[in-house]
Amino acid sequence: MAHESVYTPNSGIEKWLDERLPIIRLGVDFMAMPTPRNLNYWWTFGGILFFFLMVQIITGIILAMHYIPHESMAFDSVEHIVRDVNWGDMLQNMHSNGASFFFIAVYIHILRGMYYGSYKAPREMLWILGVIIYVLMMASGFLGYVLPWGQMSLWGATVITNLFSAIPFVGGAITELLWGGYAVGQPTLNRFFSLHYLMPLILFAFVGLHIWALHVVGSNNPDGIEIKLKEDSLPFHSYFSMKDAFAMVLFAMIYVYFVFFMPDYMGHPDNYVRANPMVTPPHIVPEWYFLPFYAILRAIPDKLFGVIFMFAAIAIVAFLPWLDTSRVRSMRYRPTAKLFFWGFVATGLLLGYLGAKPAEGGYVIASRILTAYWFLYFIVALPLLGWTQKTKTLPGSITEAVLGKDAMKNNK
Amino acid sequence: MTVKFFKLASGFVAFTAGLGMLSSVVMAAGDGGGQHFAKQSWSFGGVFGRYDQKQLRRGFEVYKGVCTGCHSMNLLSYRNLTQPGGPEYGEDYIKAMLKSDEVEVNLPHNDEGEIVNEDGDLFTRPAALSDRIKKPYANDKAAMAANGGALPPDFSVIGKARAMHANHEGIPGLFTWVFALVKDVVTQYQEGGPDYIYTLMTNYHETVPENAPKDFSLPEGKHYNAAFPGHAISMAPPLSDGIVDYTDGTKATLDQHAKDISAFLMWAAEPHLNARKRRGFMVLIYLAILSLLLYGVKRKIWEDVKH
Ligand code: HEC
Ligand code: HEM
Repeated sequence: MAHESVYTPNSGIEKWLDERLPIIRLGVDFMAMPTPRNLNYWWTFGGILFFFLMVQIITGIILAMHYIPHESMAFDSVEHIVRDVNWGDMLQNMHSNGASFFFIAVYIHILRGMYYGSYKAPREMLWILGVIIYVLMMASGFLGYVLPWGQMSLWGATVITNLFSAIPFVGGAITELLWGGYAVGQPTLNRFFSLHYLMPLILFAFVGLHIWALHVVGSNNPDGIEIKLKEDSLPFHSYFSMKDAFAMVLFAMIYVYFVFFMPDYMGHPDNYVRANPMVTPPHIVPEWYFLPFYAILRAIPDKLFGVIFMFAAIAIVAFLPWLDTSRVRSMRYRPTAKLFFWGFVATGLLLGYLGAKPAEGGYVIASRILTAYWFLYFIVALPLLGWTQKTKTLPGSITEAVLGKDAMKNNK
Repeated sequence: MTVKFFKLASGFVAFTAGLGMLSSVVMAAGDGGGQHFAKQSWSFGGVFGRYDQKQLRRGFEVYKGVCTGCHSMNLLSYRNLTQPGGPEYGEDYIKAMLKSDEVEVNLPHNDEGEIVNEDGDLFTRPAALSDRIKKPYANDKAAMAANGGALPPDFSVIGKARAMHANHEGIPGLFTWVFALVKDVVTQYQEGGPDYIYTLMTNYHETVPENAPKDFSLPEGKHYNAAFPGHAISMAPPLSDGIVDYTDGTKATLDQHAKDISAFLMWAAEPHLNARKRRGFMVLIYLAILSLLLYGVKRKIWEDVKH
């Protein structure tokens, strides 16, 4: 931990334990992390993400008790869960909608980091761990969507696994390894189930590292300046734990609305049609959270380069700490960069729309323009802006940012 | 130099964003094709929506009287018809029905490990409540052979496997799409399946109508249906006025039949809808109260801290 320990063991047992395994100290210090007092509600999404990670793991473990990873039984076993297992329909809806809400939360979380420059030194490791987590989340989401073995499961899996065949020399071998054969079939389903169970556990480990890294460097904040004064920070518990809990319940209410009242809104009706290798659906679309990258893939005329650009679009995010050359973190003080940032958000949303449309005519042209923006934002706009921009004056401290200059003087 | 860069940069942002928008708008305008069908009002729509038990019974009568000749319902058992939140028939009623219809099932009643007697015939026994609803054809091949090569889809989840908008048409232009997405959340629209089935049932044309797509020609043995993707459907119009007599005395019109069977198929796909919505409402109330309490706690804690 980056701050001094605040724990003093009181009872004999606590002292005894503290000398052997200071686990209570760990927990107490963890909860006492000095946290900038000016955090806004965008900082509650890390906790919200943890909530969804737990929801996915718990509901997933129970679903796996009833699910059968077999070509001819998978679809029916999911229906069995929904129809016959006690609380089964609720668990299944929680898990499928939980995935979507996990992604809504993670997109907010990532954009928060991009807006307030949270990736900048000394938080590079925290950021890179975040990108790894995001990639693992995408893998889990993709693998999970295959399991109910509906039409979109099968054909989505076919399209995505086929991407790997574009890799020169080894592509064919990789694809066959993923499939366990020469097409998506029983071996694929079986190994995807195994990997889908494994992935969140790895994810969990990385989240542990992520939070560890957070506790080493501390939270950034909306003004993007480090903690200087004693009044700048407050202990995490109970100031921020209660704020997080409140935000979590609000977000959970939206989630619950979907789980209980529109559980199929985010899904595709074709996935209620049993997988059939003989019938290709007219439009194969991945889950909504992949759509921007799907649009980038299809914007590039060459298959191999399409795949490269798609993966690069994600990988480039990991290099943000070095691509953004600005010494000021928060966009609050970077008016020009702020414009580009919102342009980037709009680009992501529009690419999502284009990913759901057929890849033809004007849609492809629009996708290309937006793909260009995506990359130029990272490799041209952010490096150049850092050198050329005129930033607003930063407040002297977090407390000053909160109270204003005059109040600071009066206080003294 | 800096100022120049700003101008260039903002120009670039405006340009790309504008172009992206523009192309989407242009494409949206070209999207007008395809007929629009009215949404129906369903008793099970909305937060307080519940199935109308009488309607489900009428729907079952339509299924039993007409559709069961071709469409299976493999995931449902007879006992489901007696469960709460469904047609809620009495067990005795269903047992009597099975008896009078002389429904027989094979032993064991799965497709693979069938047991045969010395003559190589299947053992059969009268159907019980725990048996799956008997399918009309022994297998898909037989079903296709009897239907001119087209497979009548299983009805277990068809209420969710089709949707009026998403149905094979892709999604509309950007602004209509965003508008529809938001509107569906606010109005809690989840009835695309029954809306589609109702529309399918009520949009047959005896001859190819004038507003059919250009150069449309109806293949032999197919029927023109305005709601079906591609419009040429292998299923002859299954419903007509008075095709089944309702036991509850409701007037037997095509429209009534179509609504009732659609509601019934929604129930078949989503048998726990009533319980789900009831539960959801309670969870929401609980969380609403919890959020108020937490807000109070949070405010109290932060009382003396400006932030
Ligand atoms: C004579 C046999 C027959 C009967 C009776 C019948 N159907 Fe069909 N049905 C079919 C066939 C065949 C198809 C496949 C059509 C195709 O793919 O062109 C079909 C398809 C359907 C579809 C799916 C359409 C789509 O979007 O793919 C629905 C819904 C449907 N039937 C509803 C009903 C209902 C409701 C009834 C009872 C009121 C009924 N059918 C009675 C033969 C029948
Ligand atoms: C399972 C997914 C994730 C979980 C559970 C998680 C959890 C958390 C938590 C609890 C915090 C502290 C609270 C907060 O600042 O919101 C945090 C901070 C942070 N996370 Fe994540 N995170 C996840 C994914 C990601 C991803 C995908 C990224 C980036 C690509 C990311 C980047 C960051 C950064 C930069 C911070 C520090 C923010 C700051 O101090 O300003 N996280 N995360």
